[in-house]
Amino acid sequence: MSLLLDQVKQSDSIYMPIPARVTAVSTLTAQEKLFTIELPYGLTLDHEPGQFVQVTVFGVGEAPISISSSPSRSNGTFELCIRKVGDLTNVIHRLEQGAMVGIRGPFGRGFPVERFRGKDLLFVCGGLGMAPLRSLLNEVLDDRGNYGRVILLYGARQPADLLFRDELAEWEARDDVEVHLTVDCPDSGWDRCVGVITRLFPEVDVDARNTVAVVVGPPVMYRFVLKELKKLRIPKGNIWFSFERRMKCGVGKCGHCQLNHVYTCQSGPSFNYAELEFLEEAFS
Amino acid sequence: MNFKIMPKAAFPEWVERLSAHRRVVGPRRKHGQYVFDEIEDVADLALHYPTSVLPPKKYLAPQKEVLLNYRLDGSRLELAAEPQPTVILGVHTCDVHALKLFDRIFSQGFTDQHYQAHRESVTLVSIECLEPCSANSFCRDMGTSSATDGFDLHMIDLGQAFAFRVGTPKGADLFKGFHHIFDATEKDLAIINDTLQEKWDSFPYRLDFNVQEMPALLHENFNSTMWDELGQKCLACGSCTQVCPTCYCFDVTDEVDLLMAEGQRVRRWDSCQIHEFAMVAGGHNFRERLAARQRHRFMRKGKYQMDAYGMVGCVGCGRCARACLAHIAPIDVFNELYARSQAEEKAAEDWPVVMEVAA
Repeated sequence: MSLLLDQVKQSDSIYMPIPARVTAVSTLTAQEKLFTIELPYGLTLDHEPGQFVQVTVFGVGEAPISISSSPSRSNGTFELCIRKVGDLTNVIHRLEQGAMVGIRGPFGRGFPVERFRGKDLLFVCGGLGMAPLRSLLNEVLDDRGNYGRVILLYGARQPADLLFRDELAEWEARDDVEVHLTVDCPDSGWDRCVGVITRLFPEVDVDARNTVAVVVGPPVMYRFVLKELKKLRIPKGNIWFSFERRMKCGVGKCGHCQLNHVYTCQSGPSFNYAELEFLEEAFS
Repeated sequence: MNFKIMPKAAFPEWVERLSAHRRVVGPRRKHGQYVFDEIEDVADLALHYPTSVLPPKKYLAPQKEVLLNYRLDGSRLELAAEPQPTVILGVHTCDVHALKLFDRIFSQGFTDQHYQAHRESVTLVSIECLEPCSANSFCRDMGTSSATDGFDLHMIDLGQAFAFRVGTPKGADLFKGFHHIFDATEKDLAIINDTLQEKWDSFPYRLDFNVQEMPALLHENFNSTMWDELGQKCLACGSCTQVCPTCYCFDVTDEVDLLMAEGQRVRRWDSCQIHEFAMVAGGHNFRERLAARQRHRFMRKGKYQMDAYGMVGCVGCGRCARACLAHIAPIDVFNELYARSQAEEKAAEDWPVVMEVAA
C-alpha cells in the first residue's frame, strides 16, 4: 500500500494533484456539506488529525481543506467538511457522488496525539473549527483508554449551525465525554448556554497540570480563549491551536500563509502556545 | 582559482556561438532603462549597465508560469513543457546573491521541480561591478558587491580583455570548442587582483550600522510607529516586490479556454503589499492594514529570511527605491529605525536619577 504524499512527492511536480472520486455527499447544515473522497490505485492518505489537503476542481482552482475524518476510521476513504464560502467551495458544493476532484497532501503538522496520551483533554471549538477537531476527537475516542478526561466546549452561531449533530448526540450520551454547548442566537428549543465560547469556562473544572487544551475556531476567538486558559494556568506548551491562513501552495513556497517568518502550511497549522508566544502575527 | 582570459575582440564571436544552441539573454537598453532581454545582436548587449528594471529572476521564476495542462473531463493531466536552455549574461553580483537565496527557498522542505528545471536550464554568467550602478544601491553594506560562488562563470572587465572565473563545469562548457580563451598567466592574475582591489574605494558604505545588527534591530522594532508612517505613504501597488530580486511569492489560478474543455494551472508573481494577499475565504484579512503589510515586507527583508533560510533577504540593489511611487527607500527605513533606536537608548541613559539642585 502506498501513501498519497509519497505519490505527490515522487511525481514530477509537487503541484500535481492526484485525481480522486467523491463517493458520498451529505448535507450537514445550510452552509456545510460532508464529502467522502476515495483515492485511486489503492493509495491511502495516512494523515494526522489536524492536517489538511489541497482540493482541486479542474477548471476552477485549488483550496486548502482540513481533514474531518480520523486516521483510525480512514478505511481507504477520508472526509472533508466544507463550508460554502469562496469561489472554489461554492463549486465544490455543487459536486455530486462520482465527481472527480484533485487531491494533494496531506500537508502540515497535525496534532501530536502521542504527546496527549494520559492527559485530560479540553477541546475548545468554535464554528467550523469542528471540521478538523472531529478528526482528533474520533481518534481519541477510538483509543479512549489511553487518555484521561475528554471535555468538549463547542460554540456555534445558532443551534442549526452545530456540525455533526448525530455524532454530537452520541458523544453526549457517553459518560466518558463531557460536552458543553453554547450558541450566540438560541432558537425556541434551546435550553443551554447562550453567548460566546468563553461563557462555557465557568462550567468546567480542570486539573491544569495534567490538561492539554486544543483550540480550533475562527481567528477572533483565539485571544479570548487564551485568556481563559491562562487563568486556568494550563502550561503554554500544552495549549494547542490550529491556524487558518491562506495556504495557496501547501508546500512552503507561495508566501501567503506566513506568520512572521513561519509557514503555517509547514510548521503548522497546529502550533502550541509556547511556539507562538514570540510570533507577533499569530494572534493579530 | 581557475581564471580564463578572453580578448575583447573575440567576445562577440563567443556570444554568437552561444546563441547557436541556446537562448542568450542579457542586459540591453530599452526606453531609456535597462532590461534583461534576448540578445540577438551582440551590439545590443550592455554589460556596463545601471540596475535593470526587473532582476533576472524572471527567467528562473517567471512572472507567469504554466504549471499544469489538463482537460476538464479528466482525460489529460500533464506538466507544462520543459524550459529552454538559456545563458544569462552580465548578471550583477547582487542578483547572484539573490538567486542563492532563491535556491534555498525553492529547495528547503519540498523541492519545487519547476524552479529546479529553470535553474538547470540556465547558465549564469555574472559580471563584477567595478563601480556602483545606481544612487539607490547599498550593496557594499549588504556584502553583495562581489561574489565568490553562485555563478557558472564570472566576468571581470580588464580593459582589453575579459577575465572569466570558472564557477562550475557547466560554466566551463560554454568555452567548449572556442579557441580565443586562454589560461590566465601570472601577469593576468596580478591585473585581476589590482582591478578587484581598486574597485572598493568607489563603493560607499550607506548603512549607518553593521548589517549583522539588522535582524535584531528589526526584531526590537516590531511595534515601531515607523510602520504606521510607511503605511500612510504606501500606495499598495506592489511595485517594490515585483522588482525585488529576493521576492518570490506567487498566486496560483486555473484558466480555462473558451470551449471549457482545456485548462491550465498557472502561477504568477504576487505581492504581500496587495490588500488580498493574506485574506482567507470568508473575508478575514490577516494583514488588513497597510502598516502591517509594510512591516511584513521590511521584516522579511531584514529578519524573517534570515530566520527561515539563514540569509538576509535584501541584497541592496535599490530597485524597490527606484520603483516606489511613494519614495519609500529601504536604506532610509533601515537608517531611520537605527537612528530612533539610538536616540531611545541615549534618552534612557541620560535620564537623571535625581533632580540636580542649583547651589
